[in-house]
Amino acid sequence: MEFLVASAIGVLSAAGIYLILRGRSFPVIIGMTFLSYGVNVFLFAMGRLSVDRPPIISSDTTIYADPLPQALVLTAIVISFGMTALIVVLALRGFLETGSDRVDEGIPKLPEPAEERLTS
Amino acid sequence: MSGWIIAPIIIPAMAAALLLLLRRSPDLQRRVSLAATALLCLASIGLFMLAIEGDVLSYRLGDWPAPFGIVLVLDRLSATMVLLSSVLASAVMLHAIRGWDAKGHHFHPLFQFQLMGINGAFLTGDVFNLFVFFEVMLIASYGLLLHGGGPRRLGAGFQYVAINLLGSTLFLFAVGIIYGVTGTLNMADLAGKVGQVAAGDAALLRTGALLLFLVFALKAALVPLHWWLPTAYAAAPAPVAALFAIMTKVGAYAIIRVFTLVFGQDGGAAASIAAPWIMPAALATLAIGAIGVLASRVLVDLVCFAVVWSMGSLLVAVSLFDARSLTAALYYTLHSTLTGGALFLLSDLIASRRGRWRDDLEPSPVMANAAMLGGLFFLAAIAMSGLPPLSGFIGKLMILDATRTSGAAGWIWTFVLATSLLVIIGFSRAGTMLFWKSEATAGTIEPGPPARTTPIMPAAILILGTALLSLGAGPVTRHLEATAQQLVTPRSYVDAVLGRPAQAQRATEVR
Repeated sequence: MEFLVASAIGVLSAAGIYLILRGRSFPVIIGMTFLSYGVNVFLFAMGRLSVDRPPIISSDTTIYADPLPQALVLTAIVISFGMTALIVVLALRGFLETGSDRVDEGIPKLPEPAEERLTS
Repeated sequence: MSGWIIAPIIIPAMAAALLLLLRRSPDLQRRVSLAATALLCLASIGLFMLAIEGDVLSYRLGDWPAPFGIVLVLDRLSATMVLLSSVLASAVMLHAIRGWDAKGHHFHPLFQFQLMGINGAFLTGDVFNLFVFFEVMLIASYGLLLHGGGPRRLGAGFQYVAINLLGSTLFLFAVGIIYGVTGTLNMADLAGKVGQVAAGDAALLRTGALLLFLVFALKAALVPLHWWLPTAYAAAPAPVAALFAIMTKVGAYAIIRVFTLVFGQDGGAAASIAAPWIMPAALATLAIGAIGVLASRVLVDLVCFAVVWSMGSLLVAVSLFDARSLTAALYYTLHSTLTGGALFLLSDLIASRRGRWRDDLEPSPVMANAAMLGGLFFLAAIAMSGLPPLSGFIGKLMILDATRTSGAAGWIWTFVLATSLLVIIGFSRAGTMLFWKSEATAGTIEPGPPARTTPIMPAAILILGTALLSLGAGPVTRHLEATAQQLVTPRSYVDAVLGRPAQAQRATEVR
């Protein structure tokens, strides 16, 4: 099981990093998602791998799984899920407004419209 | 008394919720937001008074015993940083309520959430909560960066969000590794545990520590992780960019906190692990920042690179991790936050008065309030580039003095002094273009819409802050010396968090 989990984390991270280094926004987002999956599994593994053990400590249990990484993973999942949604919307808006999904060309050299600054 | 420590987190959180309810009435929203920021200022002054005596106070949320529950810790450093952020936020808020906040939705709630994240990051005593507050701060900053919209902000926003998401993921990897080898994430508890890590896990611990450093360096815009900053800050609305001046300092704060307390000299396998990396990176930051200042053709870009450059000076001092250099670094932190914020606000004031020339560094006809703005720009430029008599000069003198005895003194002195010259040239050229060459340019700037007279006062307040920092350099330095002393002797911090018989607490541990 250790080998399976370790290689899953490795493959997810490697795929994620490869995709993040691509030049278009869609692969970058997919890469982010892979990487965050990888880190979630990794956090789990840091509480040591165990099967069929309750994450609850009581006076009569001697075997239990570490509950803390599970709480950490929950927080991490919520944050990365929300952030993925945000960056998808951002990429879509960027594509619709600039007509390009290249991440390195996303910033038009054109200045922002003058009246926008002037109304301040 | 220690319950008050949570106030700088609670006040913005409650205010943000209330502001969301008030979104239909912008006027009321402005008043509530301003009042909340003022209240935050009062609270942080109160906390500063509590911490100034030198006691480390900790607040355990829900009264859970220390290494297991969430703790907030107030010492001299966190109190100073919270005070700094609330002072900056007040000035920025005064600037923003004169028009910028009406350009999009939800400016005020996001602003308050941003403050909540920043203050939380300064106060937390737990690595995972540091991650959570970083996220609160970043999520709010994504919204603020995009405030007002436009293709330029969307493009810059995508890059900013992507690089910070990557940073957050690396942060989680670091947290996971550190938890895996030590079994705790409470910083005070970690301080005791990293020394006892098994020899086989030493490499993992070092990896975790360096990953953590990488994430903080990304936030602190340390070269080569600086490139997101000029794009993002230049595209951000001016008051937001001014508030972001404190965000790079959150990265610097996290480096100072974690690498003195946890991975400091008693850090076992990972003792003083960041220091050899900070020094060359900070020197490169100085060089890149100064070259960027020279190369900028728009005022706001110039200010962005000046911020990058000032992070270099700050982190050069941090890299030595002794009491004198930390004092210098902290003084420089106060100085560069106030001055950076003032320069961002000034560049907006200048841009709003120059019609189609905006803040491009080209001669244009004379703008409105040229004398006043020119004077303020002159003061801010003197402060930023480190000419006497303002705080930049004092800060730089302290950095040079503190690094005099170190082995790398030759490198540090050369880089700091040479790049200062470049920054002085950059700022003089910008000032000449904006104010003096304009005198010789004929024509007038066609008047813009009537609402274009953003008041100068908030920027002036920040420059006044810089001036006060220079005038009161004696008392401020004495306070910062005490702060640095507290940092290099983390014993009191650990005792305050874990409760005094720390050994008894450890005995009851489960893992």
